[in-house]
Amino acid sequence: MREKLIYLFSAIAAVLLAWDLYRVFMVLPDEANQGAIYRIIYFHVPAAMTSLLGFFVAMVCSALYLITRNLRFDSVAAAVTEVGVVFAAVNLVTGSIWGRIIWGIWWTWDARLTSMLVCWLLYAGYLMLRRAIDEPTQRARLSAVLSIFAFVDVIIVWKSIEWWRTQHPGPVLSIRNGGGMAPGMESPLWWNVLAMALVATSLVLLRMRQEGIRREIDALRRYAHAL
Amino acid sequence: MLYLRQILAIAGKDLRSELRSKETVNASLSFALVILLLFSFAFDPSAETVREISGGLLWLVFAFAGALVLNRSFAREQPNDCLDALIASPTSGAQLFLGKCLANFVLLMAVEMICVPVFGIFYNVAWTRRIGWLTVVFALGTWALTIIGTMFSALTVNLRLRELMLPILVYPMMIPALMGAIQLTTVLMTGAPPGPENQVWLRLLVGFDIIFTILGVGLVEIVLVG
Repeated sequence: MREKLIYLFSAIAAVLLAWDLYRVFMVLPDEANQGAIYRIIYFHVPAAMTSLLGFFVAMVCSALYLITRNLRFDSVAAAVTEVGVVFAAVNLVTGSIWGRIIWGIWWTWDARLTSMLVCWLLYAGYLMLRRAIDEPTQRARLSAVLSIFAFVDVIIVWKSIEWWRTQHPGPVLSIRNGGGMAPGMESPLWWNVLAMALVATSLVLLRMRQEGIRREIDALRRYAHAL
Repeated sequence: MLYLRQILAIAGKDLRSELRSKETVNASLSFALVILLLFSFAFDPSAETVREISGGLLWLVFAFAGALVLNRSFAREQPNDCLDALIASPTSGAQLFLGKCLANFVLLMAVEMICVPVFGIFYNVAWTRRIGWLTVVFALGTWALTIIGTMFSALTVNLRLRELMLPILVYPMMIPALMGAIQLTTVLMTGAPPGPENQVWLRLLVGFDIIFTILGVGLVEIVLVG
């Protein structure tokens, strides 16, 4: 069942991405001020949304693990965080490329750049902590606590660095302040959000399957030892 | 009442054993001095530059030197299975945590109280003009470092890669608190009052302290016992 879901999601994501790529590169004109490079927003913003959504799901699953002590929640949290870190990296790298063209610099210590980097570091730390613990229930317990701490911290970091300094372009999507983008330009972005979310979901499902198999192997190994 | 007495008993135990051995405080203090020395090579220590970045310098010293105290706060209980005994004792995990936080807070404040005058002498900064506010900011910032540091010391106590994991986890976590403390300390060092535009940093520090104290107290039982 789950295997079929993985195939289904990745197939839909592939079709959506192909269609969107066609629209972004062949149909849409260059943006008036930025030229061709503005197209990176179609990957930059959806990657950020996907990764932040992933971290939120990870926090919820960690809390659920601590309540129910069901290891399945732990493997969801681990898988979602891993995928989230990858998408956060995509977000940072694409943003950096855009900055090089438009600002002339790869990096600036601006509010959003800094907070995304802190976020990435925190969850990279989470993944390292997971690798440092061998015993499965101890690993699940400690990393769940860390995930909750990290998410609360991410919220505070996000708010506070905005007071520190800001240079990142303001929100351009219409949900916040009514249309910063031309109408034809915005719809591919939302389709890309869906596509990336589907890619992320299939990766998470794949990782969960791996985790499940690993748990099975662990159990078999313990059983073999007992014999 | 008993709850409070038990917390104080844990804190008293930690402080007493530290006063007798002076292991971590000595290490932390000399490390702080080494960092203060290294800063003089990193930039031209003229009065103007130093005043502009004094908050950042001091809090980096506190964060790095403080970590030496904080990191060991649970690890030192491991020989002779002291940690198991503490967990088995009638104190709850939250009390153990708060007691240790209290002891660490006192130790860190002591280290800071020595570091700041030394910093003032070495870098020629007149830091005493807003000493009341400075004390408040130091107390709030130090409590933030203490809570995060002690929590992660408990989290990593049984890990084989403890020394490697702690800095990776602790410093990114402290960033908002450090930002607030740095901003306020720099302002106060110049002799200016904290002013309404810096209210937001004070609120950030207080909020950080409250949120993570609650989270720490709520989750430490899970970390220590299971």
